[in-house]
Amino acid sequence: MITNEHTVKELSIFVNNKKGKLQDALNCLSGVNIRALSIADTLKFGIIRCIVSDNEIAIKTLEDNHFLVKENEVAAIIIDDKPNSLNNILNIFTEKDIDIEYAYAFSNNKTNEAIVIICFSDMELAKDLIKKENIKVLTKEYIDENF
Amino acid sequence: MIWNEKVECMGKEEKEALQLKRLKETVNYVYENVPLYKSKFDEVGLTPDDIQTLKDIEKIPFTTKEDLRSAYPFDLFAVSQDDVVELHSSSGTTGKPVVAGYTKNDLDLWGEIIARAIAMAGGKKHDKIQNAYGYGLFTGGFGIHHGALKFGAVAVPISSGNTKKQIEVMEDFQTNILTCTPSYALYIAESLEKYGVSLDDINLKSGIFGAEMWTEGLRDKLEEKLGILALNIYGLTEILGPGVATECSKKNGLHINDDCFYPEIIDPKTNKTLGEDEMGELVLTTLTNEAMPILRYRTKDLTSIEKDKCDCGRTTVRMMGIKGRTDDMLKIKGVKVFPSQIEKAMHTVEGVSGNYQIIVSREATLDELQIKVEISKDFFTGEIKKLDLMEINLFNAIRSETGLRAKIILSEPDSLPKSEGKAKRVIDKRKFE
Repeated sequence: MITNEHTVKELSIFVNNKKGKLQDALNCLSGVNIRALSIADTLKFGIIRCIVSDNEIAIKTLEDNHFLVKENEVAAIIIDDKPNSLNNILNIFTEKDIDIEYAYAFSNNKTNEAIVIICFSDMELAKDLIKKENIKVLTKEYIDENF
Repeated sequence: MIWNEKVECMGKEEKEALQLKRLKETVNYVYENVPLYKSKFDEVGLTPDDIQTLKDIEKIPFTTKEDLRSAYPFDLFAVSQDDVVELHSSSGTTGKPVVAGYTKNDLDLWGEIIARAIAMAGGKKHDKIQNAYGYGLFTGGFGIHHGALKFGAVAVPISSGNTKKQIEVMEDFQTNILTCTPSYALYIAESLEKYGVSLDDINLKSGIFGAEMWTEGLRDKLEEKLGILALNIYGLTEILGPGVATECSKKNGLHINDDCFYPEIIDPKTNKTLGEDEMGELVLTTLTNEAMPILRYRTKDLTSIEKDKCDCGRTTVRMMGIKGRTDDMLKIKGVKVFPSQIEKAMHTVEGVSGNYQIIVSREATLDELQIKVEISKDFFTGEIKKLDLMEINLFNAIRSETGLRAKIILSEPDSLPKSEGKAKRVIDKRKFE
């Protein structure tokens, strides 16, 4: 469903810079479908962020394999396929002093929708704003069905 | 409660008279019964009659770990094999093991000093003591066990390891006092949540933790996570075992049972005796051991001693915690560093679980200090910023404590080797040739 009041639970996984560690983490996710994925890295460690079909199974497998994993609330915002549309949406938030912690994008081949996953500095305020400004966001069910 | 008020609160003069009497007896006893000591005395032209005051102890040659190793297994025993009722031994990871022998009276004495420790930890008769020190040749397990029996507490001899079982026993038996190494206590504390056990489900009031060095930061963590009073216990296989000194609830140094062990602090380089409050190497002389009396043992542990009366009422002298060991001092880029300094710095930083590893290596001619630190599970939110900040804080804390720039490596919980006995936390990869 496309609504203006839902958020999605994303997983953040800590991966230290050791050979094969990233593959180990991804191996733990082999039992679930990965809907969206981003890897952020620093000099010494990386964080995998992903949206998967079943958080519970993913977390259990990861933790059993001694990974540090955390479930976070993020917004999956639909962006119109027009110039500057991402900027226009982000401006709504920055005007209200809500910062963007991180973001990553993916698209739906079936519907041609562009989706940006965003973690805001204050998710509660961000949710209010999404509702108020009628920004289109996706539900987890919709992502599971269409991606 | 004070277990043995007569001795633990004895006045200075009376104590010194008792110590002198026992020192003279011990010197005579070893001179007659231990050939190794007789030859040590003869070498420097010393006879037992030369010991007339406590200060005369400084004339006696030191006993070193090497002496004990070369006496392996029984050459330092002062009694016949028939009188020995129990034997223990160190692990011998750094060389030949050291053997400790006990007569019936020695076991009674061991029980006595551990009973004093249990009283300091707020122990009451019939308290259940969950003894998670290893049972075996290691002195930790049986030492506490003898003490629990002497005290009239209930010994729960679970030994070390099997954390799931530890927590099950803690909850089902409602044990009152936990005894183990501080690093293992932390591991148990951090595992509680995993097994769905909260502080309301357990009934611990205190812990007596020893056999490795620990810091105030670790104490705070243990007290908070287990809801207990966490106290330090000190001892060594060479000198009976755990219980040589223990902390009371005032946490102002470890009370040395100085009616049984005579402490001195010396400068490890010049071997000169140091005064009160001066930091140096702890040297111990047993005053009551029967099977294996030891004169002036070089513990290699660095500490200082305070002699004033403690707020708890006890007058036994206090050693102010172990600040390092004469042989675990690292020299990195020419700077003297003790692992305890790094541990202390680490515990000031938010997000640190407590388990860590120090790795020193040398690229060409430059030393590199690497510190691997486990991130505490509750701290991780997925934010990179937070981890970066933790890394910077660690770097700064270690730099201000030691002056060294360390490379910090953050690791997942449980990824570093966890010890259920003595923690092996320093890896020195440098080759000195």
